[in-house]
Amino acid sequence: MTLAPPHSPKPKAVALISGGLDSMLAARVMLDQGVHVEGINFYTGFCVEGHTHAIRREARERPKRNNALWVAEQLGIKLHIIDVIEEYKDVVINPKHGYGSNLNPCLDCKGFMVRKAREWMETNGFDFIVTGEVIGQRPMSQRRDTMPVVARESGAFDRLLRPLCARLLPPTLPEREGWVERARLFDFNGRSRKPQIALAERYGITEYAQPAGGCCFLTNAQYSRKLADLWQTRGEKRYELEDILLLKVGRHLRPRPHFKLIIARDDGENNFLLGFRQRYTHLHATSHAGPLALIDGNAGEEDIELAARLTARFGQGRDADQVTVAVTDLAGHTQIRHVRPFTADEIPQTWYL
Amino acid sequence: MTAHVLDVRHLLCPMPVIRLQNTVARLPVGDTVEVQATDPGVLHDVPAWCRVHGHQVLSVSETAGEIRVTVQVQGS
Repeated sequence: MTLAPPHSPKPKAVALISGGLDSMLAARVMLDQGVHVEGINFYTGFCVEGHTHAIRREARERPKRNNALWVAEQLGIKLHIIDVIEEYKDVVINPKHGYGSNLNPCLDCKGFMVRKAREWMETNGFDFIVTGEVIGQRPMSQRRDTMPVVARESGAFDRLLRPLCARLLPPTLPEREGWVERARLFDFNGRSRKPQIALAERYGITEYAQPAGGCCFLTNAQYSRKLADLWQTRGEKRYELEDILLLKVGRHLRPRPHFKLIIARDDGENNFLLGFRQRYTHLHATSHAGPLALIDGNAGEEDIELAARLTARFGQGRDADQVTVAVTDLAGHTQIRHVRPFTADEIPQTWYL
Repeated sequence: MTAHVLDVRHLLCPMPVIRLQNTVARLPVGDTVEVQATDPGVLHDVPAWCRVHGHQVLSVSETAGEIRVTVQVQGS
Protein backbone atom coordinates (compact mmCIF):
# COMPACT_ATOMS: atom_id res chain seq x y z
CA MET A 1 0.00 0.00 0.00
CA THR A 2 1.25 3.46 -0.88
CA LEU A 3 1.67 5.80 2.06
CA ALA A 4 0.13 9.23 1.86
CA PRO A 5 2.84 11.90 1.72
CA PRO A 6 2.80 15.00 3.82
CA HIS A 7 1.43 17.77 1.62
CA SER A 8 0.21 21.31 1.82
CA PRO A 9 -3.18 21.90 3.48
CA LYS A 10 -4.77 21.73 0.06
CA PRO A 11 -4.18 18.50 -1.87
CA LYS A 12 -2.63 19.07 -5.28
CA ALA A 13 -3.66 17.23 -8.43
CA VAL A 14 -2.25 17.34 -11.94
CA ALA A 15 -5.02 16.83 -14.48
CA LEU A 16 -4.47 15.55 -18.01
CA ILE A 17 -6.21 18.15 -20.17
CA SER A 18 -6.88 17.18 -23.77
CA GLY A 19 -9.10 20.14 -24.57
CA GLY A 20 -12.24 18.00 -24.74
CA LEU A 21 -15.18 17.88 -22.38
CA ASP A 22 -14.34 14.84 -20.24
CA SER A 23 -10.99 16.04 -18.96
CA MET A 24 -12.48 19.49 -18.43
CA LEU A 25 -15.22 17.98 -16.26
CA ALA A 26 -12.81 15.78 -14.33
CA ALA A 27 -10.70 18.81 -13.41
CA ARG A 28 -13.82 20.80 -12.58
CA VAL A 29 -15.04 18.07 -10.21
CA MET A 30 -11.72 18.27 -8.38
CA LEU A 31 -11.86 22.06 -8.12
CA ASP A 32 -15.35 21.64 -6.69
CA GLN A 33 -13.86 19.54 -3.90
CA GLY A 34 -11.28 22.15 -3.00
CA VAL A 35 -8.33 20.45 -4.67
CA HIS A 36 -5.55 22.61 -6.16
CA VAL A 37 -5.48 21.57 -9.82
CA GLU A 38 -2.97 22.29 -12.55
CA GLY A 39 -3.35 20.92 -16.06
CA ILE A 40 -0.86 19.07 -18.22
CA ASN A 41 -1.07 18.56 -21.95
CA PHE A 42 1.28 16.54 -24.14
CA TYR A 43 2.24 17.44 -27.68
CA THR A 44 3.04 14.28 -29.64
CA GLY A 45 3.07 15.72 -33.16
CA PHE A 46 -0.07 13.74 -34.02
CA CYS A 47 -2.41 16.12 -32.23
CA VAL A 48 -5.32 17.38 -34.32
CA GLU A 49 -5.06 20.58 -32.32
CA GLY A 50 -2.76 23.46 -32.94
CA HIS A 51 -1.08 23.90 -36.24
CA THR A 52 -3.82 22.18 -38.24
CA HIS A 53 -5.79 25.38 -37.62
CA ALA A 54 -3.11 27.33 -39.36
CA ILE A 55 -2.93 25.20 -42.47
CA ARG A 56 -6.24 24.49 -44.14
CA ARG A 57 -8.51 27.23 -45.36
CA GLU A 58 -11.59 25.26 -44.38
CA ALA A 59 -10.41 25.25 -40.77
CA ARG A 60 -10.19 29.01 -40.64
CA GLU A 61 -13.81 29.41 -39.69
CA ARG A 62 -13.23 27.41 -36.53
CA PRO A 63 -11.88 29.15 -33.42
CA LYS A 64 -8.12 29.58 -33.82
CA ARG A 65 -7.34 28.43 -30.35
CA ASN A 66 -5.54 25.72 -28.49
CA ASN A 67 -8.42 23.93 -26.84
CA ALA A 68 -6.38 22.73 -23.87
CA LEU A 69 -5.33 26.32 -23.12
CA TRP A 70 -8.90 27.45 -23.58
CA VAL A 71 -10.13 24.83 -21.10
CA ALA A 72 -7.48 25.87 -18.58
CA GLU A 73 -8.58 29.46 -18.92
CA GLN A 74 -12.23 28.54 -18.40
CA LEU A 75 -11.32 26.55 -15.29
CA GLY A 76 -8.90 29.17 -13.97
CA ILE A 77 -6.02 26.69 -13.72
CA LYS A 78 -2.46 26.70 -15.03
CA LEU A 79 -1.65 24.49 -18.00
CA HIS A 80 1.75 22.98 -18.71
CA ILE A 81 2.24 21.92 -22.33
CA ILE A 82 4.97 19.33 -22.69
CA ASP A 83 6.83 18.44 -25.88
CA VAL A 84 7.01 14.62 -25.99
CA ILE A 85 7.63 14.28 -29.74
CA GLU A 86 10.86 12.27 -29.41
CA GLU A 87 9.82 10.02 -26.54
CA TYR A 88 6.46 9.34 -28.15
CA LYS A 89 8.04 7.74 -31.20
CA ASP A 90 8.59 4.50 -29.30
CA VAL A 91 4.90 4.42 -28.36
CA VAL A 92 3.86 4.68 -32.01
CA ILE A 93 6.54 2.42 -33.44
CA ASN A 94 6.60 -0.35 -30.83
CA PRO A 95 3.27 -0.43 -29.00
CA LYS A 96 3.37 -3.23 -26.45
CA HIS A 97 -0.40 -3.57 -26.57
CA GLY A 98 -0.71 -3.18 -30.32
CA TYR A 99 -2.78 -0.85 -32.45
CA GLY A 100 -6.50 -0.12 -32.56
CA SER A 101 -8.45 -0.15 -35.80
CA ASN A 102 -5.85 2.18 -37.35
CA LEU A 103 -2.29 2.97 -36.24
CA ASN A 104 -3.59 4.25 -32.92
CA PRO A 105 -1.70 2.74 -29.98
CA CYS A 106 -4.32 4.00 -27.52
CA LEU A 107 -3.54 1.81 -24.53
CA ASP A 108 0.22 2.38 -24.74
CA CYS A 109 -0.46 6.07 -25.33
CA LYS A 110 -2.59 6.43 -22.22
CA GLY A 111 -0.01 4.56 -20.15
CA PHE A 112 2.73 6.81 -21.53
CA MET A 113 0.85 10.02 -20.78
CA VAL A 114 -0.08 8.98 -17.27
CA ARG A 115 3.56 7.97 -16.68
CA LYS A 116 4.74 11.39 -17.87
CA ALA A 117 2.14 13.02 -15.62
CA ARG A 118 3.33 10.86 -12.73
CA GLU A 119 6.92 12.02 -13.32
CA TRP A 120 5.73 15.64 -13.43
CA MET A 121 3.72 15.08 -10.23
CA GLU A 122 6.78 13.73 -8.40
CA THR A 123 9.06 16.50 -9.66
CA ASN A 124 6.62 19.25 -8.71
CA GLY A 125 5.41 17.93 -5.37
CA PHE A 126 1.85 17.14 -6.37
CA ASP A 127 -0.22 14.39 -4.74
CA PHE A 128 -2.22 12.65 -7.45
CA ILE A 129 -3.20 12.50 -11.11
CA VAL A 130 -6.63 13.11 -12.58
CA THR A 131 -7.92 11.98 -15.96
CA GLY A 132 -11.28 12.31 -17.69
CA GLU A 133 -11.50 8.60 -18.50
CA VAL A 134 -14.88 6.89 -18.47
CA ILE A 135 -15.27 3.13 -18.40
CA GLY A 136 -16.42 1.88 -21.80
CA GLN A 137 -15.97 5.25 -23.52
CA ARG A 138 -13.16 4.04 -25.77
CA PRO A 139 -12.76 0.51 -27.09
CA MET A 140 -9.07 0.15 -26.27
CA SER A 141 -7.81 2.37 -23.49
CA GLN A 142 -10.98 3.04 -21.50
CA ARG A 143 -12.26 -0.41 -20.59
CA ARG A 144 -12.76 -1.85 -17.13
CA ASP A 145 -10.01 -4.42 -17.77
CA THR A 146 -7.48 -1.96 -19.27
CA MET A 147 -7.81 0.81 -16.70
CA PRO A 148 -5.74 -1.11 -14.11
CA VAL A 149 -3.14 -1.73 -16.83
CA VAL A 150 -2.72 2.03 -17.30
CA ALA A 151 -2.47 2.60 -13.53
CA ARG A 152 0.10 -0.17 -13.15
CA GLU A 153 2.28 0.40 -16.22
CA SER A 154 2.43 4.17 -15.68
CA GLY A 155 3.63 3.65 -12.13
CA ALA A 156 0.82 5.87 -10.89
CA PHE A 157 -1.03 2.99 -9.18
CA ASP A 158 -3.56 4.31 -6.68
CA ARG A 159 -2.55 7.93 -7.23
CA LEU A 160 -4.52 7.87 -10.47
CA LEU A 161 -8.06 9.12 -9.96
CA ARG A 162 -10.77 9.08 -12.64
CA PRO A 163 -13.46 11.29 -11.11
CA LEU A 164 -16.07 10.59 -13.80
CA CYS A 165 -16.15 6.83 -13.17
CA ALA A 166 -14.36 6.51 -9.81
CA ARG A 167 -17.36 4.99 -8.03
CA LEU A 168 -17.18 1.98 -10.36
CA LEU A 169 -13.52 1.40 -9.47
CA PRO A 170 -11.73 0.50 -6.22
CA PRO A 171 -11.09 3.54 -3.97
CA THR A 172 -7.83 5.32 -4.78
CA LEU A 173 -5.38 6.92 -2.38
CA PRO A 174 -6.96 10.40 -2.59
CA GLU A 175 -10.34 8.86 -1.68
CA ARG A 176 -9.01 6.69 1.13
CA GLU A 177 -7.04 9.57 2.64
CA GLY A 178 -10.06 11.85 2.50
CA TRP A 179 -8.40 14.33 0.12
CA VAL A 180 -11.51 13.93 -2.04
CA GLU A 181 -14.98 12.71 -1.14
CA ARG A 182 -15.85 9.51 -3.02
CA ALA A 183 -19.57 10.14 -2.68
CA ARG A 184 -19.17 13.29 -4.77
CA LEU A 185 -17.45 11.45 -7.61
CA PHE A 186 -19.32 9.76 -10.48
CA ASP A 187 -20.18 6.38 -11.98
CA PHE A 188 -20.37 7.19 -15.68
CA ASN A 189 -19.85 4.30 -18.05
CA GLY A 190 -20.45 3.44 -21.68
CA ARG A 191 -20.28 5.42 -24.88
CA SER A 192 -23.25 7.68 -24.17
CA ARG A 193 -22.30 11.31 -23.76
CA LYS A 194 -25.52 12.21 -21.93
CA PRO A 195 -24.12 12.08 -18.36
CA GLN A 196 -21.20 14.31 -19.32
CA ILE A 197 -23.46 16.77 -21.10
CA ALA A 198 -25.80 16.87 -18.09
CA LEU A 199 -22.85 17.49 -15.75
CA ALA A 200 -21.56 20.22 -18.04
CA GLU A 201 -24.97 21.90 -17.88
CA ARG A 202 -24.91 21.64 -14.10
CA TYR A 203 -21.58 23.46 -14.06
CA GLY A 204 -22.80 26.02 -16.56
CA ILE A 205 -20.35 24.82 -19.19
CA THR A 206 -22.02 25.53 -22.51
CA GLU A 207 -19.06 25.60 -24.88
CA TYR A 208 -16.55 22.81 -25.37
CA ALA A 209 -14.60 21.20 -28.18
CA GLN A 210 -16.09 18.10 -29.77
CA PRO A 211 -13.33 16.83 -32.02
CA ALA A 212 -14.73 14.37 -34.55
CA GLY A 213 -12.77 11.13 -34.37
CA GLY A 214 -10.84 12.20 -31.29
CA CYS A 215 -7.88 14.51 -30.92
CA CYS A 216 -5.24 12.31 -32.55
CA PHE A 217 -4.54 11.82 -36.25
CA LEU A 218 -3.55 8.20 -35.60
CA THR A 219 -7.22 7.29 -35.16
CA ASN A 220 -7.87 8.55 -38.71
CA ALA A 221 -7.91 5.76 -41.32
CA GLN A 222 -6.59 7.90 -44.16
CA TYR A 223 -3.81 9.36 -42.07
CA SER A 224 -2.81 5.90 -40.85
CA ARG A 225 -2.70 4.65 -44.44
CA LYS A 226 -0.28 7.43 -45.31
CA LEU A 227 1.90 6.66 -42.29
CA ALA A 228 1.92 2.95 -43.18
CA ASP A 229 2.93 3.90 -46.73
CA LEU A 230 5.78 6.02 -45.34
CA TRP A 231 7.11 3.13 -43.29
CA GLN A 232 6.70 0.64 -46.10
CA THR A 233 8.55 2.88 -48.55
CA ARG A 234 11.40 3.44 -46.10
CA GLY A 235 11.61 -0.23 -45.26
CA GLU A 236 11.48 0.57 -41.55
CA LYS A 237 9.16 2.09 -38.96
CA ARG A 238 10.78 5.46 -38.47
CA TYR A 239 9.63 9.09 -38.70
CA GLU A 240 10.64 12.65 -37.99
CA LEU A 241 8.31 15.48 -37.01
CA GLU A 242 8.46 16.90 -40.53
CA ASP A 243 7.21 13.59 -41.96
CA ILE A 244 4.15 13.39 -39.78
CA LEU A 245 3.31 17.07 -40.31
CA LEU A 246 3.43 16.60 -44.08
CA LEU A 247 1.09 13.60 -43.82
CA LYS A 248 -1.58 16.02 -42.55
CA VAL A 249 -1.33 18.29 -45.56
CA GLY A 250 -2.36 17.97 -49.21
CA ARG A 251 -3.31 15.15 -51.52
CA HIS A 252 -0.78 12.36 -51.41
CA LEU A 253 -0.43 10.32 -54.60
CA ARG A 254 2.06 7.53 -55.11
CA PRO A 255 2.17 6.80 -58.84
CA ARG A 256 5.42 4.83 -58.54
CA PRO A 257 6.90 2.90 -55.60
CA HIS A 258 9.98 5.15 -55.43
CA PHE A 259 8.27 8.53 -55.18
CA LYS A 260 5.07 10.24 -54.15
CA LEU A 261 3.62 13.65 -54.82
CA ILE A 262 2.17 15.95 -52.16
CA ILE A 263 -0.20 18.43 -53.81
CA ALA A 264 -1.66 21.40 -51.91
CA ARG A 265 -5.47 21.61 -51.83
CA ASP A 266 -5.87 25.32 -51.10
CA ASP A 267 -3.97 28.53 -50.43
CA GLY A 268 -3.36 27.64 -46.81
CA GLU A 269 -1.71 24.36 -47.75
CA ASN A 270 0.18 26.07 -50.56
CA ASN A 271 1.70 28.49 -48.05
CA PHE A 272 2.50 25.67 -45.68
CA LEU A 273 4.22 23.58 -48.36
CA LEU A 274 6.19 26.64 -49.52
CA GLY A 275 8.12 26.33 -46.26
CA PHE A 276 9.39 22.91 -47.37
CA ARG A 277 10.26 23.69 -50.98
CA GLN A 278 13.99 23.98 -50.42
CA ARG A 279 14.15 20.40 -49.21
CA TYR A 280 12.10 18.82 -52.02
CA THR A 281 11.95 18.96 -55.79
CA HIS A 282 8.81 21.00 -56.33
CA LEU A 283 6.47 21.95 -59.13
CA HIS A 284 3.86 24.55 -59.92
CA ALA A 285 2.02 25.65 -63.03
CA THR A 286 3.07 29.00 -64.48
CA SER A 287 0.51 29.28 -67.29
CA HIS A 288 -2.47 28.79 -65.00
CA ALA A 289 -3.21 29.20 -61.31
CA GLY A 290 -2.57 25.99 -59.46
CA PRO A 291 -1.13 24.23 -56.46
CA LEU A 292 2.40 23.71 -55.29
CA ALA A 293 3.46 20.06 -55.35
CA LEU A 294 6.42 18.41 -53.61
CA ILE A 295 8.11 15.26 -54.84
CA ASP A 296 9.03 12.96 -51.96
CA GLY A 297 11.45 10.32 -53.22
CA ASN A 298 13.81 9.87 -56.13
CA ALA A 299 12.10 10.85 -59.34
CA GLY A 300 13.72 10.27 -62.72
CA GLU A 301 13.05 12.04 -66.01
CA GLU A 302 9.84 10.13 -66.80
CA ASP A 303 8.68 10.52 -63.22
CA ILE A 304 9.11 14.30 -63.39
CA GLU A 305 7.00 14.41 -66.53
CA LEU A 306 4.31 12.36 -64.81
CA ALA A 307 4.49 14.59 -61.73
CA ALA A 308 4.11 17.70 -63.90
CA ARG A 309 1.00 16.26 -65.58
CA LEU A 310 -0.47 15.43 -62.17
CA THR A 311 0.31 18.91 -60.84
CA ALA A 312 -1.39 20.41 -63.90
CA ARG A 313 -4.44 18.21 -63.28
CA PHE A 314 -5.14 19.86 -59.92
CA GLY A 315 -4.89 23.47 -61.15
CA GLN A 316 -7.02 25.82 -63.21
CA GLY A 317 -5.49 24.41 -66.39
CA ARG A 318 -6.93 20.96 -65.85
CA ASP A 319 -9.03 21.20 -69.04
CA ALA A 320 -6.41 22.96 -71.14
CA ASP A 321 -4.56 21.17 -73.94
CA GLN A 322 -1.27 22.24 -72.48
CA VAL A 323 -0.06 23.63 -69.17
CA THR A 324 3.35 25.11 -68.47
CA VAL A 325 4.89 23.76 -65.28
CA ALA A 326 8.04 24.96 -63.51
CA VAL A 327 10.06 22.19 -61.88
CA THR A 328 12.73 23.20 -59.38
CA ASP A 329 15.23 20.64 -58.15
CA LEU A 330 17.09 20.44 -54.85
CA ALA A 331 19.93 22.57 -56.23
CA GLY A 332 17.46 25.33 -57.02
CA HIS A 333 17.61 24.88 -60.80
CA THR A 334 14.26 25.44 -62.51
CA GLN A 335 13.23 23.89 -65.81
CA ILE A 336 10.07 24.63 -67.71
CA ARG A 337 7.89 21.84 -69.08
CA HIS A 338 4.84 21.99 -71.31
CA VAL A 339 2.57 19.08 -70.45
CA ARG A 340 -0.92 17.74 -71.10
CA PRO A 341 -2.79 17.50 -67.79
CA PHE A 342 -4.04 14.10 -66.72
CA THR A 343 -7.78 13.64 -67.01
CA ALA A 344 -9.57 12.43 -63.90
CA ASP A 345 -10.07 9.00 -65.51
CA GLU A 346 -6.39 8.61 -66.21
CA ILE A 347 -5.45 8.72 -62.52
CA PRO A 348 -5.86 5.27 -60.96
CA GLN A 349 -7.52 5.32 -57.55
CA THR A 350 -4.66 3.19 -56.27
CA TRP A 351 -2.34 6.19 -56.62
CA TYR A 352 -4.25 8.06 -53.91
CA LEU A 353 -2.98 7.39 -50.40
CA MET B 1 15.39 43.66 -16.28
CA THR B 2 16.61 42.00 -19.47
CA ALA B 3 14.96 41.88 -22.88
CA HIS B 4 15.17 38.49 -24.59
CA VAL B 5 14.25 37.42 -28.13
CA LEU B 6 12.70 34.03 -28.88
CA ASP B 7 12.85 33.10 -32.56
CA VAL B 8 10.14 30.52 -33.26
CA ARG B 9 9.61 31.43 -36.91
CA HIS B 10 8.44 28.46 -39.00
CA LEU B 11 7.43 26.50 -35.93
CA LEU B 12 3.77 25.58 -35.73
CA CYS B 13 1.55 25.81 -32.68
CA PRO B 14 1.80 24.63 -30.01
CA MET B 15 5.60 24.55 -30.35
CA PRO B 16 5.98 28.37 -30.04
CA VAL B 17 4.02 28.29 -26.78
CA ILE B 18 6.09 25.37 -25.49
CA ARG B 19 9.32 27.23 -26.30
CA LEU B 20 8.00 30.38 -24.61
CA GLN B 21 6.92 28.39 -21.55
CA ASN B 22 10.37 26.80 -21.25
CA THR B 23 12.10 30.16 -21.71
CA VAL B 24 9.95 32.02 -19.19
CA ALA B 25 10.52 29.26 -16.61
CA ARG B 26 14.19 30.31 -16.45
CA LEU B 27 13.63 34.07 -16.23
CA PRO B 28 13.15 36.42 -13.28
CA VAL B 29 10.09 38.62 -12.83
CA GLY B 30 10.29 41.76 -14.96
CA ASP B 31 12.29 40.31 -17.86
CA THR B 32 10.67 40.53 -21.27
CA VAL B 33 10.59 38.08 -24.16
CA GLU B 34 9.88 39.15 -27.72
CA VAL B 35 8.40 36.12 -29.49
CA GLN B 36 9.09 36.20 -33.24
CA ALA B 37 6.76 33.82 -35.07
CA THR B 38 5.11 33.06 -38.40
CA ASP B 39 2.24 30.78 -37.35
CA PRO B 40 -0.90 32.94 -36.93
CA GLY B 41 -1.99 30.59 -34.14
CA VAL B 42 0.54 32.46 -31.99
CA LEU B 43 -1.72 35.52 -32.02
CA HIS B 44 -4.24 33.57 -29.99
CA ASP B 45 -2.18 31.00 -28.13
CA VAL B 46 0.54 33.22 -26.62
CA PRO B 47 -1.91 35.72 -25.05
CA ALA B 48 -4.04 32.78 -23.81
CA TRP B 49 -0.99 31.15 -22.26
CA CYS B 50 -0.05 34.47 -20.62
CA ARG B 51 -3.55 34.88 -19.17
CA VAL B 52 -3.46 31.33 -17.77
CA HIS B 53 -0.05 31.83 -16.15
CA GLY B 54 -0.45 35.46 -15.11
CA HIS B 55 2.17 36.98 -17.40
CA GLN B 56 1.61 40.25 -19.24
CA VAL B 57 1.42 40.81 -22.98
CA LEU B 58 3.05 44.19 -23.64
CA SER B 59 2.56 44.36 -27.42
CA VAL B 60 1.39 42.42 -30.45
CA SER B 61 2.24 43.24 -34.06
CA GLU B 62 2.03 41.54 -37.42
CA THR B 63 3.93 42.73 -40.48
CA ALA B 64 4.23 40.85 -43.77
CA GLY B 65 3.44 37.52 -42.17
CA GLU B 66 5.86 38.01 -39.30
CA ILE B 67 4.34 38.14 -35.85
CA ARG B 68 5.91 39.70 -32.77
CA VAL B 69 4.46 39.33 -29.31
CA THR B 70 6.28 40.84 -26.35
CA VAL B 71 5.64 39.24 -22.99
CA GLN B 72 6.72 40.44 -19.56
CA VAL B 73 7.35 37.81 -16.91
CA GLN B 74 5.22 38.25 -13.80
CA GLY B 75 5.34 36.48 -10.45
CA SER B 76 3.15 33.39 -10.13
